Amino acid sequence: MKCREVVELMTDYLEGALTAPDRERFEQHIVGCDGCRAYLQQLRLTLRAMRSVEGVPIPDRVQTELVRAFRNWRSASR
Amino acid sequence: MPGVVESSGSELESLKRGDEATFVSLIQRYHGPMLRLAMAYIRDHHIAEDVVQEAWLTAIRSLDRFEGRSSLKTWIFGIVINLARARRRKESRLLTFTALLRREDPDRREPTVDPSRFTAAGDWRAVPHQWENIPEETLLGREAMQRVQAAIEKLPPKHREVIVLRDVAELDAGPVSELLGISAENQRVRLHRARAAVRKALEDYLG
Repeated sequence: MKCREVVELMTDYLEGALTAPDRERFEQHIVGCDGCRAYLQQLRLTLRAMRSVEGVPIPDRVQTELVRAFRNWRSASR
Repeated sequence: MPGVVESSGSELESLKRGDEATFVSLIQRYHGPMLRLAMAYIRDHHIAEDVVQEAWLTAIRSLDRFEGRSSLKTWIFGIVINLARARRRKESRLLTFTALLRREDPDRREPTVDPSRFTAAGDWRAVPHQWENIPEETLLGREAMQRVQAAIEKLPPKHREVIVLRDVAELDAGPVSELLGISAENQRVRLHRARAAVRKALEDYLG
């Protein structure tokens, strides 16, 4: 496996979608390759950064309206 | 604490019982990811906000009929997708023919890393940098976050919806394939291209 091919398998690897033999070849390559190991780590940190994208707070006006709708539903369904 | 509690069966039960605290916790927790999801289809922030609100109103109206066959989260995100797509269809009538022609095949397999970074034999010419020693304040700092968001916004819509659902909203692969009506393989192809583009944007910043 060449580095050029290994980088294209990284999502399949992270998703657990490689066949057992491919996974083994992939992991063997990663162990011996600083470049691909660094790239995989970069991808992992990219995922971490995306999960940390801060939430947009719900506007008060919208929350008030939704809570009112929820209360209406609750009293109607009683 | 909002942000850490996963939606669970008991959360659905409290909601169906009419527990207001559960409802408030949900709308606060999911607002950000729902808005980002709506914005995967709709550019206009205000219209996207409307879609999120409409999604909650739809969810409230349908709550009695929802049996919990999918998770509450998957169900609600599915409502956002349907409403946002309908809204986009309404607006895309304005799209020009050239804009339609420019749409690319989302499942195209092309290198996601610049080929010039590899030798003819396919090895790295220069090894990518280690990010492990980059301080957290930089990696997760304001500038990095802005780059991440801008990179996501620049993706083709079919890549954007996948990456928002998987990596921002943190839904599992199975529900996402179902929501988008795509195979697991197509999902991975799109996710791979999308993640590679966001990684590249971070690399441009972090080195």
